[in-house]
Amino acid sequence: MSFTNTRLIDFKQGDQIRIAAFEGGLRFHEIFSQYGLFPGDVAKVLRIAPFDGPMLLEIGGREIALGKSLAARIIVETCACDVP
Amino acid sequence: MRCALIGQPNCGKSTLFNQVAGYKAETGNFSGTTVTFTESKVRVGGEVVELVDLPGTFTLSGTNPAEAEARRYLNSCEVDVIINVVDATHLTQGLELTLELLALQRPLVIAFNMMDEASRLGLRVDGPALQTKLGVPVLPLIASKGQGVKGLFLSSLETARRKLSAASPQLWNGDILQRHKLAQELAQTYVHQGERRLNWRDRLDDLLLHPFWGYVALLVILFIFFELVYGLGRAIEGPVLVFFNKLANDLIRTIGAQSLWSELASGLIQGISGGVAIVLPYLAPFLLGLGVMEDIGYLPRIAFLMDSLMHRLGLHGKAIVPFILGYGCNVPAVMSTRILEDRQDRFLAAALAVLVPCAARLSVVFGLVAFYLGPGWALAIYLFNMLVIALTGRILTQLLPEDTPGLILEMPVYRVPTLKTVINKAWFRTREFIVEAWPLLIGGSIVLAFLTYYNLSPLIDSLVRPFTWILGLPAQTGVPLIFGVLRKELSLIMLRQALNVSDFASALSPLQMLTFTVFVVFYVPCLSTLAALRRELGWRSMLAIAGLTVLIALVAALFVRGFGSLVWR
Repeated sequence: MSFTNTRLIDFKQGDQIRIAAFEGGLRFHEIFSQYGLFPGDVAKVLRIAPFDGPMLLEIGGREIALGKSLAARIIVETCACDVP
Repeated sequence: MRCALIGQPNCGKSTLFNQVAGYKAETGNFSGTTVTFTESKVRVGGEVVELVDLPGTFTLSGTNPAEAEARRYLNSCEVDVIINVVDATHLTQGLELTLELLALQRPLVIAFNMMDEASRLGLRVDGPALQTKLGVPVLPLIASKGQGVKGLFLSSLETARRKLSAASPQLWNGDILQRHKLAQELAQTYVHQGERRLNWRDRLDDLLLHPFWGYVALLVILFIFFELVYGLGRAIEGPVLVFFNKLANDLIRTIGAQSLWSELASGLIQGISGGVAIVLPYLAPFLLGLGVMEDIGYLPRIAFLMDSLMHRLGLHGKAIVPFILGYGCNVPAVMSTRILEDRQDRFLAAALAVLVPCAARLSVVFGLVAFYLGPGWALAIYLFNMLVIALTGRILTQLLPEDTPGLILEMPVYRVPTLKTVINKAWFRTREFIVEAWPLLIGGSIVLAFLTYYNLSPLIDSLVRPFTWILGLPAQTGVPLIFGVLRKELSLIMLRQALNVSDFASALSPLQMLTFTVFVVFYVPCLSTLAALRRELGWRSMLAIAGLTVLIALVAALFVRGFGSLVWR
């Protein structure tokens, strides 16, 4: 069984992920934590808007929309449950 | 006795505030509707309490201006009791702020709001157990229906009197990650997830956020909205104008034409009828419709759908808020740029938002273009306006170095708006027109009557002549354009007087109407918007934006004139 670390931006609708880390220093940590996103949290990609639009994540019962540039700063690991 | 309401964005603080204080704070199903604090005196159990509604804050250590405002208030003023409003459907996140507040060691009461919404989601919150754990009162609340409000305030007074604060403060200290973990633990212990009842609200996003049908739905919704405003407005404008024109004619006949008094009387009637017949018929339905869309929770969905387009303007989806508010009035639009974290984002969003035709300019577009040339032309002006905003955004981002973090926002659940809040909100905004703008409008019309009688308006006209000449407009349009800076509605109402006609078609060609309207749509924002710009961004930015709008107005109007003269030949 292998955990692959990738970016949130590489995932598609319906994928389950676990947040591993954020990139971009304190400023981005602050932005993410304001919206209740923390390393270790499990989330699901609900939708992705067309034309390179934002992603909609379900996390802790809430829905958070994330633009592509922010989604690219989230390093994630796929959940063990999804690994075949 | 002073109570401060604090909570995370969109948890219902302002709804609670309005329940007890009457309609004073703007609410909307969207983060960050309240950007500054509102104060009011209310009577609770025979005691007068000063109630303060603070802007929504995710954390006390946040960086955006709205959060700084809340923190400054809690630290600087004497607050007897803090009421922490928490969205019961999102306890984990809400409790993070609660933990920060507990560490402050001040009298605190916690209100779990939207309990109806929580039970719909199958969540059962064990309030009494949490109350024992935290050591401060925890009360259930459904602010939108007014349930639990009285109990909350009585308990708050009691808490303030007994100076009740958290039991063991050392438990709540810690850094942001520790707070997150602790909040998660608390939520896991005290919230039980039962069966979730899925209903139409959970399915609605499958359509409204669909990659294809979502955009179709957006267009249909905006089209219906536009048609309703236009249909209602037009149905009222025509007959009311006829009535006032008749009144003015009768009055002039009685007083006698050509006298100062008849000029002043007709100026007065023009000012009054301008408000009743031209502005209010479009403004009121527009604000009602905007209120409904806001309270349902559709605005963040628009932000989600439009994010990629907004990126092409150098902004992100959240900046759609100032744009949409801008269609109502540019002042709240400029103020709402505070929800953007980045100063450059704020400047750019404000500069573009003031180009959005507000309800006042809507009255010019509808009263002149739609009324005389048909609604298709009005729609064309709106589309042209969007194109110009897009181009301006492109050019400005080329000039300013880009540094935007990107879109992040919470998607609220759909809520059924209550008639009371929607009407109150529309009235709240309409009243602003009636109290602030209308007197100015009537005053302006009377001043214009003086100018006409003493034949002074040509002097002003000649000052603006370079602009009106190059745009191919009659010289008399100068005065209305100058007065339009006070209030945009004045441009149209004074135009009628300046041209000395009751029917614009007899004095302006269709192309002149279009050119005039396009110029009015873009040039210098009104006085109140300029004041808001100065407050939010400072003098230099205000002047820069004002200058920019004149340039854009000139280029856009010239384009319309040139392009139109090809079509109409």
